[in-house]
Amino acid sequence: MTVDKHKVVELEEAVVRFAGDSGDGMQLVGNLFADAAALYGNEIATFPDYPAEIRAPHNTVAGVSGFQARISNKIIHSSGDLADVLVAMNPASLKANLKWAKSGATIIVDTDAFDEKAIEKSGYKKNPLEDDTLKNYSVIKAPINSLSWETIKDMGSDQKTAYKARNVFALGILYYLFNRDFKTTDEFFEKKFKKKPPLIPINKALLRAGYNYADTIEAIHSTYKVPAFKKAEKGKYRNITGNIATAWGLLAASEKSGRPLFLGSYPITPATEILMELAIHKSLGAKVFQAEDEIAGICSAIGASYAGSMACTSTSGPGLSLKSEAIGLAVITELPLVIINVQRGGPSTGLPTKSEQSDLMQALYGRNGEGPLIIVAATSPADCFYAAYETAKLSLEHMTPAICLTDGYIGQGSEIFKIPNVKDLPPINPPIAKPNDPGYQPYKRDAETLVRKWALPGTEGLRHRIGGLEKSDGIGSVSMDPLNHQLMCEYREKKVQKIADFIPEQKLIGDENGELLVVSWGGTYGSVFTAVKEMQAEGKSVSLAHFRNICPLPKNTKQILSSFKKIIVPELNLGQFVKYLRINFPEFEYNQFNKIQGLPFMVNELKEQFNKILKEK
Amino acid sequence: MEENLTVERSRVPLSKEDFVSDQMVKWCPGCGAHAILSSVANVFPKIGYKKENFMMVSGIGCSSRFPYYVNTYGFHGIHGRANPIATGIKLSNPHLSVWVATGDGDSMAIGGNHFIHIIRRNVDLNIMLFNNQIYGLTKGQYSPTTAMGTITKTSPQGTIEHPFNAGELVMGAQGTFFARVVDTNPKLMTEVMFEAAKHDGTSVVEILQNCVIFADGVHDQITAKDVRDDMQLILKNGEPMIFGKKKDKGIRLKGTKLEVVQIGVNSISEDDLLVHDQYDQDPGIHLMLAKMAPPLYPVALGVIRSAMFSTYDDMVEEQIKKAKATSPIKCVDDLLNSGDTWEIK
Ligand SMILES: Cc1ncc(C[n+]2csc(CCOP(=O)(O)OP(=O)(O)O)c2C)c(N)n1
Ligand code: SF4
Ligand SMILES: [Mg+2]
Repeated sequence: MTVDKHKVVELEEAVVRFAGDSGDGMQLVGNLFADAAALYGNEIATFPDYPAEIRAPHNTVAGVSGFQARISNKIIHSSGDLADVLVAMNPASLKANLKWAKSGATIIVDTDAFDEKAIEKSGYKKNPLEDDTLKNYSVIKAPINSLSWETIKDMGSDQKTAYKARNVFALGILYYLFNRDFKTTDEFFEKKFKKKPPLIPINKALLRAGYNYADTIEAIHSTYKVPAFKKAEKGKYRNITGNIATAWGLLAASEKSGRPLFLGSYPITPATEILMELAIHKSLGAKVFQAEDEIAGICSAIGASYAGSMACTSTSGPGLSLKSEAIGLAVITELPLVIINVQRGGPSTGLPTKSEQSDLMQALYGRNGEGPLIIVAATSPADCFYAAYETAKLSLEHMTPAICLTDGYIGQGSEIFKIPNVKDLPPINPPIAKPNDPGYQPYKRDAETLVRKWALPGTEGLRHRIGGLEKSDGIGSVSMDPLNHQLMCEYREKKVQKIADFIPEQKLIGDENGELLVVSWGGTYGSVFTAVKEMQAEGKSVSLAHFRNICPLPKNTKQILSSFKKIIVPELNLGQFVKYLRINFPEFEYNQFNKIQGLPFMVNELKEQFNKILKEK
Repeated sequence: MEENLTVERSRVPLSKEDFVSDQMVKWCPGCGAHAILSSVANVFPKIGYKKENFMMVSGIGCSSRFPYYVNTYGFHGIHGRANPIATGIKLSNPHLSVWVATGDGDSMAIGGNHFIHIIRRNVDLNIMLFNNQIYGLTKGQYSPTTAMGTITKTSPQGTIEHPFNAGELVMGAQGTFFARVVDTNPKLMTEVMFEAAKHDGTSVVEILQNCVIFADGVHDQITAKDVRDDMQLILKNGEPMIFGKKKDKGIRLKGTKLEVVQIGVNSISEDDLLVHDQYDQDPGIHLMLAKMAPPLYPVALGVIRSAMFSTYDDMVEEQIKKAKATSPIKCVDDLLNSGDTWEIK
């Protein structure tokens, strides 16, 4: 066989999936691979897929941690369905991830890890490298662990270090496969190991050893090149995860509104990064309070809001449940409050590290009494920045608590983010009462927006008292008057509905009318958009209305729904948005497509469903 | 304490009238809460802060109606959550003098967790704990401070729970300030609240309050006219611990325990008595004092503990100040452009 080592195949895009034991550093090398691609100029999207346990039993399927990175030369909206390249550091990772690899995919395995015990623990009956398990794939069998040790044994290191750093050797193989240079990764090692300098040459050596190994073996017949995305808009870019983008969106809203940021929060997967990120940015004046529980988190935020902060609390489903009573307090005191809910699989502890869209009903209705509030749902990792910003803007300007729904998939996934200028973001003008305003009354409302004024403690001439008991219209003293209660409930409801005048109209992707309207919301944008676009390219009559403003709904919602023969609502739950639509627009017939497996939609399964509906009479 | 964190003082002298609210006070006639309200109205002008800088926060309960009855900024929260709400207010604006009005149920049952954590953090605010040993607002169920065996609406055969001693809880949570007063002694109440306001950190003032309707007389063995002098030890810093109608009884340390002694008997003199040191960092004696209870001991009143420790809110401000001085990230644009970025021209 003649091997042409210089054959470089140009690809439009590639999906690489890293899989290993939870302690094997798969998230790290996955991120390094994505960052190198991003800095090179590719479009990227990533998605971590990891277990709920920090270190589940070694070599078991339960302990497998995965990281998927998609790189492309054109705009992409999701981390991709199936992988072109799968790195499997042990038999369990192969077992858990083979179903995510395309037929014909390249599979890189660490043969050192395929001993009898590990094979048995993984659930394989026989060594999958020796039977025909992998006959439809192109397999690179590399003794990664022993070669790693070979590489660094003369560098004053030990076998344990070689074992721990063998993920970097695997990364080197990928850098060869994708013709990447080492620059950004070398710089990362220099920064990361500043305090442990001996590890810098060791990691650099392992990266090169993996690369050189791939160059010499005969199993690799060609390498790939995914060219940079050329048509990108001019500007400055970076890679960002949804949770970091959320934190930064809040900081931007705080700066823009002039209201200092306060976060009261309690750690919970997959929302914790927001708390951790904001805790770093004290130089921007962010006050971050890790409370004793979720209730204290939101209550401290309500206190901070009363005192004049742009107050936030961040959590995930179970935490949102604990906050319910306090959210009602923010509703009745008509204070701004930003509640970030990064949805995960429920009910109860459910699937903590997996994603779902099943907190919509809780966000809409999960309170005692009539408790209307604003809901915005972020559509992608980068959009988390704008969704958090918009949530804060609406909440501050309309004196109403607001929930920003993201989810584990977009919160922990990443994509390229075009860096905005803060001066270009829309202004935020909270209605702060002026000192000694003779006409100030706690519940006096703006005639048009029904918004009350925000009187900050310490301000001269505005002493007043508010709280969770119903208050009389205007003067705001405690009132049990029946008609007043009805009036106040209606005011609070109308105030939220009037926000429809201040949000953009619902956008439609595709023709303004036709056969099928796909209605989706929040974090499924990437895959639903891709599926609809592909079908449109195939000449199908399909349009997409992907909702970001959930409450209130955009004013043209009904008009859009009425312009299509059929409607399908794909959701990662058992049908919550569709129920909400049925409540608001009962005149239409809705088809549903529901997936609730802790996994994102695949483009293909969406297309299959949409096509099925199109074909039905 | 840093200069910029102090609460601004009033430029004009204030009086009780400055804090009277226009709301009708709706506590039952004879309720101990009335006396507490009047003490607060007396002490606020004495403290001397600008009237706009007082902030009154509460949870839910009879006691928690308090904010409506004083003319300050006020926030009436939800059951059990006064302390975290107050924490957020103080952290958001450290220039406020923050006061919490809360009940034994509010802060020791449903809000028990928040109570120990606010104390542990030592957030600079003042908690007035109205301890009537009952749930007043819900009409007479036992609370975490109800004495064992008490018959209430939810304990028709008597409670079978060990009650909390508020002082013990405060000290267990590393409290820096604990005082105890009775609603029948307005003078002491006013003095103690002034001390609480002066203290940097979480000040807990436990007020033994009488609920005339659902737990009338629960504090009688301490407050009744005929027994009170013998059953109350009013602590004064730097002074020996003397009590009794004839000022003939005292407290001394015997071994590892406190002991009630008769002055002049067995050649015991004032010199043998414990001298109160409320500023002692070590809470050992303070805890023993807080735990004293009839019939063997009198109940300790006044400031039991007032120790200096750094406050949470000061440290928050310090960290921010330091970060602002040293971090290269001065605005959100700096943040957005930090780390790995690239440009497409
Ligand atoms: C979440 C919630 N649970 C229960 C109640 C009912 N509730 C109101 S006040 C109260 C107890 C009040 O007792 P305490 O805190 O001692 O105050 P007091 O009325 O005695 O001053 C209860 C159980 C409530 N308001 N909210
Ligand atoms: S019920 Fe008791 S505590 Fe409540 S107001 Fe009446 S006397 Fe006071
Ligand atoms: Mg009570």
